[in-house]
Amino acid sequence: MVLTFEIFRFDPEHDAEPRYQTYRVSADPTERILDCLNRIKWEQDGSLSFRMSCGHGVCGSDAVRINGRCALACQKLVKDVAENQPVRVEPLPSFRVLKDLVVDLEPFFEKVHWVKPYLLGSPEVPEKERLQDPEERKKLDHVIRCILCACCVASCPVAAENERFLGPAPLVWAFRYIFDTRDKERKNRLRAVDTPDGAWGCRNHFECTRVCPKEIPVTKSINIIKREIEKVLR
Amino acid sequence: MSEKHTHDVVIVGSGLAGLRAAVETAGRLDVALISKVFPTRSHSGAAQGGIAAALGNEEPDSWEWHMFDTVKGGDYLTDQDAAEVLTRDAVRAVYELEHMGVPFNRNPNGTIAQRAFGGHTRNFGEAPVKRACYAADRTGRVILDTLYGQCVQRGIHVYPELSVVDLLVRDGVVCGVVALDWATGALHVFHAKAVMLATGGFGKVFKTTSNCFANTGDGAALVFRHGFPLQDMEFVQFHPTGIYGLGVLISEAARGEGGILRNRLGERFMERYAPTIKDLAARDVVSRAIMSEIRAGRGIDGRDFVYLDLTHLGKERLAERLSDISSFVRIYLGIDPAEAPIPVQPTCHYMMGGIPTDVDGRALDVQGRPIAGLYAAGECACVSVHGANRLGCNSLLDLVVFGRRAGRHMAAQVPSMDLTPLPSQAEAPVRERMEKIKERTTGVRPAVLRERMQQEMMERCGVYRTREGLDKALETVRGLQEECRRNVFLDYRGERYNTDLMEALELESLLTLAEVILVSAASRRESRGAHSREDYPDRDDQNFLHHSLVYRDGDKIGVAAKPVSITRFEPKPRVY
Repeated sequence: MVLTFEIFRFDPEHDAEPRYQTYRVSADPTERILDCLNRIKWEQDGSLSFRMSCGHGVCGSDAVRINGRCALACQKLVKDVAENQPVRVEPLPSFRVLKDLVVDLEPFFEKVHWVKPYLLGSPEVPEKERLQDPEERKKLDHVIRCILCACCVASCPVAAENERFLGPAPLVWAFRYIFDTRDKERKNRLRAVDTPDGAWGCRNHFECTRVCPKEIPVTKSINIIKREIEKVLR
Repeated sequence: MSEKHTHDVVIVGSGLAGLRAAVETAGRLDVALISKVFPTRSHSGAAQGGIAAALGNEEPDSWEWHMFDTVKGGDYLTDQDAAEVLTRDAVRAVYELEHMGVPFNRNPNGTIAQRAFGGHTRNFGEAPVKRACYAADRTGRVILDTLYGQCVQRGIHVYPELSVVDLLVRDGVVCGVVALDWATGALHVFHAKAVMLATGGFGKVFKTTSNCFANTGDGAALVFRHGFPLQDMEFVQFHPTGIYGLGVLISEAARGEGGILRNRLGERFMERYAPTIKDLAARDVVSRAIMSEIRAGRGIDGRDFVYLDLTHLGKERLAERLSDISSFVRIYLGIDPAEAPIPVQPTCHYMMGGIPTDVDGRALDVQGRPIAGLYAAGECACVSVHGANRLGCNSLLDLVVFGRRAGRHMAAQVPSMDLTPLPSQAEAPVRERMEKIKERTTGVRPAVLRERMQQEMMERCGVYRTREGLDKALETVRGLQEECRRNVFLDYRGERYNTDLMEALELESLLTLAEVILVSAASRRESRGAHSREDYPDRDDQNFLHHSLVYRDGDKIGVAAKPVSITRFEPKPRVY
């Protein structure tokens, strides 16, 4: 089938304003949107810039907005969008555009770093592994699926209005260490996100949960953090 | 104009090998970590099944069994002194990862859970053993995230989205790299006492691959261009179970958990090829078995794929231990693996060959002497612990064991080393290369040449090879190189995120490596491990029980032999 794409273009070196450029691509229904973007770039217009790497939803590079919804271009198939043409592809909203579909993710990674994404354990470690109850470990099953693609933050209505809001993915990473029974800084981690711009910034819009390409129950996880704050700190 | 940076050490690549080395040197050396992608996007994160270590949490196990399996898996081309280092250190390495915070799956008693994997056996080949430590089917990803966190905690200086485009060598001493910053288009010159390459594999040489787009082997190609050798490049692993058509990996863990390969007739055909461990034979054996079934007309509907059957594992087990691959199958094929079998075919997965190193990560020249200032670890390196065929779960292990050892060696040696002055006009050759490409307004797009190379390599240098096919492919690849030099042009000449230029430069790396693979493959007139010559179907220990070195010698390409270290296990016929 032949698809029509409208792709957001902006080169701050040369353009005063962003624009949308139309391309037509033939593709099979089961091909990825990423395949279409590549075909455009390889066969029609090499000036189109976007990030990509693994091509199957593991690295998180090719997060973009497709027909208004944030997603990984390698996880959406042609048949998913064929009904809604032209297919509009835009950069993730809420982030500064560096060129075309490439956005500045520095502020995003800074927030992830802010939650201290590493185990703060006791310096004394056993000779072998630390034992961990499989049921306790299971609590992390969902959150360790996060690939830091930033779809959630880009879709969050709170983050769109308040740039100080920590945002869904960083809170998911906070969860990952708060509920790791091996971590020794649980209380301090909870205190750190017990703020209006931390866990309490979330207003349960559920947009993050809807768009998460790894199907992490993001909003629910944030609410679990809130409950834990009430339980432990109050 | 270029920016200049000086560090004690520059590590190129932010997968597990690069990150592990950085962690080891943190606080002792001033380290810069350069990466083509954000560190968490590195391809180590795509590793699914596990990391091998004889913890013995599930059943008795020993590092000697693990060493034997590694040597036999490599069809006796594995350097046994290196395999001993790898497997002896494995247990410590996994405990260390646990201490750093890797969320391994657990047993009811709280210990790290382990499962069976291809080629890993108890008591020197008797039966499969549970040796793979895992976190669902995201083991690489969680180790990557954990090591990234360790680097954040230690304040490692990361330069993301910079591609290394040249190695700086003065009088045989490596003293830095030139890198291109994708955000700005600027060249950066990094001056360092030591450079460590951890640039990963180059599966993108082939059409069907589980590898990411970034896996173009830039580090290995640069080493070769500067006249240093590459080792065992003919050994390319085709993983038996790539999703049909796409090449996306279905982890061997699927068979470790009990999955079965079936042909058109519904037969469990691996019983015929590997009577003892069946579907859990080494990857080269299983890939050849699949190709043989397809050639005999027993592919599904007579086509070029077979089925991987997981339907008997049950929804719960798939959700708990194989959730990512279940979701890949659902997304890309519209199949629920609990209900229907998965169409699979071999996919290019891993390069056993690469930059020759010793067990401390020091890169070696043709004579086997360390190259001053150059280290390498991970898939771009060849220690060689994988020999002619790598076992599943040994790659993550290789990355953390030899990444750490390289880091440790640098931390010990670099403080007493001097900065070698940079060559004059360090970035001039790269700038000239780039300008030549940017100058042209007509010609051929990089993607066209890349596709032709990938097609040719897949067809003539895949699971099975012949002299005739390799010669033909070599002619094609050399033609493409020439066309690349003379004719490649870009649509975009701007500076920011010029991925058009990136792909043109990567194509140069890929074509360089394709040629090396072909030369190496043509020179090995035997079948061993992943290198299967139809015109020489048997292993020939008399003439070929040695590593191959391929290097540039003026305008020619030289091939040399290098002895294999054999300490504990004398070569025997390889039967599973």
